[in-house]
Amino acid sequence: MNYLRSMFQLRRLVLLAILLASWEFASRYILDKTQATLLPPPSGVLKGAMELSSSGELWKHVLDSLRREFIAFCYASVAIPLGITMGCFKWLNEQVDPIIEILRPIPPIAWIPLSILWFGVGNVQNQFIIFLGIFFPILLNTIDAVKNVEPSLIRAARCLGAGDWNVITRVILRAALPQITTGIRIGLGVGWMALVAAELVGANSGLGFLINDARTVLRTDFILTGMLAIGLIGLCLDRMIRYSAKTLMPWARSLNS
Amino acid sequence: MLALKVEKVKKIFPSLNSKGQEVLALDDVSLEVNKNEFYSILGHSGCGKTTLLNLIAGFEVPTSGRIECAGKLVSAPGADRSMVFQDYALFPWLTVYDNIAFGLKIKGMSSSEIDQVVTRFAALVGLSQFTGHYPHQLSGGMRQRVSIARALVVDPTVLLMDEPFAALDAQNRGMMQAEMIRILNEESKTVVLVTHSIEEAINLSDVIVVMTRRPGRVKKIIRVPEPRKMVEDTPAYLEIRRQIRDLIAGEHDVSETV
Repeated sequence: MNYLRSMFQLRRLVLLAILLASWEFASRYILDKTQATLLPPPSGVLKGAMELSSSGELWKHVLDSLRREFIAFCYASVAIPLGITMGCFKWLNEQVDPIIEILRPIPPIAWIPLSILWFGVGNVQNQFIIFLGIFFPILLNTIDAVKNVEPSLIRAARCLGAGDWNVITRVILRAALPQITTGIRIGLGVGWMALVAAELVGANSGLGFLINDARTVLRTDFILTGMLAIGLIGLCLDRMIRYSAKTLMPWARSLNS
Repeated sequence: MLALKVEKVKKIFPSLNSKGQEVLALDDVSLEVNKNEFYSILGHSGCGKTTLLNLIAGFEVPTSGRIECAGKLVSAPGADRSMVFQDYALFPWLTVYDNIAFGLKIKGMSSSEIDQVVTRFAALVGLSQFTGHYPHQLSGGMRQRVSIARALVVDPTVLLMDEPFAALDAQNRGMMQAEMIRILNEESKTVVLVTHSIEEAINLSDVIVVMTRRPGRVKKIIRVPEPRKMVEDTPAYLEIRRQIRDLIAGEHDVSETV
């Protein structure tokens, strides 16, 4: 039964397999040598990936990128308490909101030139760019989540004797958690994209650096390997958060659907 | 002995209607609620009965007049006036057990005490088997039982109920009313219930307060002859139902002409 089901699932990969096969065919038999250097066949990319991973170089870059993403996320999680206070206190929201509205539409990448001048090339600059990518989705989702907490839940808590602190910690924070998690998920995604961009120009390690560095020595197989790694890790991050949210918050229907 | 005293309460909402005028929701409402008696506030929708309940709960402040609960002026929500809501308002992230325990945790009770009280009240509302469930796993009637237990554990001076059975289907509503009578027999409580169902008011109440329509005033206070023992379709039951129906029918929809 399980076997049958997984066979059935394989059906979804038919188109992908055809595309890979024609790519392999094209770069082996149709493209000339120069062109094939620019687009190596899947088997060539696989060989490149093996080479990069067995030398340990790939893992070093993956780890560096992930570490940057994680550290930036730790800083960006200030957005959660900030968003909750902004959602709870109108006067604070009024003051901070215009600043956010101006800063938010600036893509993190647009900060790269300035941040290189500020922090130089390296970790701090990269983390700053990622921080900007993660911070705003978390903040905006948190504010929105707090505003959308069912008023009757707050009333229920109040008439059971809860004061402001208990209402915030026991009701608002909990009720807002699913949407805050959504903010984290979006933020990590945006941050991951910003990370690669930041590493392209302002780093000596990381996946962005890897693919840019491979360009200078014309190793297109390394470039493609790096791109695939970026995509797969992004996907994994997203799935991990989704999965843990579902396990930790079985009551949140929006996440279960 | 008085559990609750509502004295000449007036409530004006700033510009809630389409013309941007102030709305006089309640005018000169006075009410005295005796300890351990069940009061129903009955009226058309929009007569301000929920507003009155919100004022008693302390969610809103009267424009003039005063409300006292056990001799203390009401100025904010508190556990001496816990409420059962129409939409249950259960915390979806807490199990039935933790929902019921909510008010006790706020009080700072020890977990062994909490365990005792929660177990007793879960049994009282017939949910002993379901304490580990989450609200979304329960039916409407069961959710409302949780909500009732949650409001009762804090031992309120007055239990407030805002159309608690309106969202249930007819069969469940009848069953929950019977349950409510059983619970009050075991756990005598002062209750103020808001409803638009005449039958519900007759079945549950010692006293029925009929409200006028916009602005809400107390039209008549009726004592039920045999509280919670009235048998449907007996002459006495039909008589009191007719009396209330006439009182309510006399309230035309004047909101458009004012």
